Amino acid sequence: MTASPPQEGPDASPAIGAAGLDDPDRARALMWQMIRIRRFEEKCAELYSAGKIRGFLHLYIGEEAIAAGAMPALAERDTVLATYREHGHALARGIPAGAIMAEMFGKQEGCSRGRGGSMHLFDVEWRFIGGSAIVGGALPLAVGYALADRLAGRDSVTACFFGDGAVAEGEFHESLNLATLWQLPVLFLCENNRYAMGTALERHQSQVDLAAKAAAYRLPSESVDGMDVVAVARATEAAVDRVRAGQGPMFLEYRTYRFRAHSMFDPEHYRDKAEVERWRQRCPVETFARDAVACGLLAATVRDEVEREVAEEVDAAVAFAEAGTWEPVEHLCRDVYAREVRP
Amino acid sequence: MTTQTIAYREALRQGLRAALADDERVFLMGEDVGRYGGTYAVSHGLLEEFGEARIRDTPLSESTFTGAGIGAALNGMRPIVEIMTVNFSLLALDQIINNAATLRHMSGGQLNVPLVIRMTTGGGRQLAAQHSHSLEGWYAHIPGLRIVAPATHEDARGMLLAALEDPDPVLIFEHALLLNVEGTVEGEPRPMELDHAAIRREGGQVSLITYGGMLHKTLAAADQLAAEGIDTEVLDLRTLRPLDDAAIMASVAKTHRVVVIDEGWRSGSLSAEIITRINEQAFFELDAPPVRVCTQEVPIPYARHLEDAAIPQVEDIVAAVHRLLG
Repeated sequence: MTASPPQEGPDASPAIGAAGLDDPDRARALMWQMIRIRRFEEKCAELYSAGKIRGFLHLYIGEEAIAAGAMPALAERDTVLATYREHGHALARGIPAGAIMAEMFGKQEGCSRGRGGSMHLFDVEWRFIGGSAIVGGALPLAVGYALADRLAGRDSVTACFFGDGAVAEGEFHESLNLATLWQLPVLFLCENNRYAMGTALERHQSQVDLAAKAAAYRLPSESVDGMDVVAVARATEAAVDRVRAGQGPMFLEYRTYRFRAHSMFDPEHYRDKAEVERWRQRCPVETFARDAVACGLLAATVRDEVEREVAEEVDAAVAFAEAGTWEPVEHLCRDVYAREVRP
Repeated sequence: MTTQTIAYREALRQGLRAALADDERVFLMGEDVGRYGGTYAVSHGLLEEFGEARIRDTPLSESTFTGAGIGAALNGMRPIVEIMTVNFSLLALDQIINNAATLRHMSGGQLNVPLVIRMTTGGGRQLAAQHSHSLEGWYAHIPGLRIVAPATHEDARGMLLAALEDPDPVLIFEHALLLNVEGTVEGEPRPMELDHAAIRREGGQVSLITYGGMLHKTLAAADQLAAEGIDTEVLDLRTLRPLDDAAIMASVAKTHRVVVIDEGWRSGSLSAEIITRINEQAFFELDAPPVRVCTQEVPIPYARHLEDAAIPQVEDIVAAVHRLLG
């Protein structure tokens, strides 16, 4: 099964969009999650400039429809692995915003006790296993999680998010091959934002149709408009059902776009401002919010309510992070091993 | 207790069989571990005994099957990943170092990786420069990993069992030249702890500190030296990370002279680390500068005479002791 790839570009309209929903609560929840991720990250950028957050900070702005649409399709017993651009996934999975912000501040109240930072958010309670900054490095782990579930007879799904850059890594090819060979319950979720850091898809892939590339491993592969939160949700739900039913792994490509720089150090010499501006016209937050009102699903006032709720939550997250504490330096060498050993 | 004389290969297999029989969570995964019976026939017969779900042949994808072992370990299993030879483990370095060694600390202590990775190491079989290196000392550089090198038959089967009980990633280096060597074991396989070095020969004049495949050459050298009236102590490190500093310093305090025998290269090596620790912790116990016997700093060549010249031999160890004693 390989769906013919849609060619969503900067000028396409959402194929499904808000008109595809009939539940106002669901529409509100999707809008809330996207706005929440957007505002949280705008605050992160501000705090980066203020020196509160350091290291690398990779923003997800523009790509929120994917985490917001995909994550509700997964159950609590499922496992999620993500990349260094994972604030949105962590928030959508359920990790409290305060714990994520505290992590970026480097505080011990952070979800990784301040050892990981922006790129390495972990929360085992939510089965959120990073936060990997080695491109493609989480795919083999996902195969292993799924193998353990299979061997133990559990019906859990392992969802692994990665970008188009990972498709060039050997671990991508090895992992799709092995997961398909062993028919493991892995969902390979490729967020194709068209740039591997600063290298455009056409400049790093011989085959730019990534679903076609994945299909060579004989696993079902589909592409979906990653700027359309409803299309993302539907495709992901169907994929989760299929994988959970024991029909082996599946590959989904979400076609999306990153509005901001790769990281806070990126001067963006590699793409035109006009290209970015055209994609911004397809902003997943604004198109969904507008369409939801236009089709009568949400009252025009809902947007303001959501913005207020989100602003309060983000403020509280920052306050939590500010109030957090530094891990004592004497604890530096803790947790290198689970069994304490001399160096 | 019954005493058996078995090959090192059979001791490894006994360890694997005991591990698989004892714990349903244990499975073996790697290249040709199943139908082929293991590249070095270590896992011969295990597929028939334990089935395909637990004896898993993998594609030639070292990075991914090692990473899958890490993921399965994180998710409740006790995988044993077999990598055919240490040189091939370089294809899995990303997973070993960026994930297995790192995840616990980077996650603030939330995760641990109870994974065992076994691989053959060392030269001496005319397999040239892509099958013969000794990189265990290099792995011993990495915090988060536990590195062990069973040199005896009891350790060959028992350190695997102890490694499976350990909550952290353990890399087991099995020297390929030992596979056919016969030795004795007592009774059933039992876990052999991973914390301490072991004195394999007591002596008073010189400490010979070594591990793995070099233990046997060192013991042979010690026999020759004994015939000349030179009384050496042989310390088998067993675990290369963490090092058993107390055992090393105790031996140095007894003999006051040290030779470190390491099949790794000299520069930036495990032997360098051991001697530095001796200098830091037992400098005033020394009666002479410590001496090293290491592999020559070349990629291991194919031709027999060149390979023999590259790798430490019994006579090199004997000569080093003679030099040390002046």
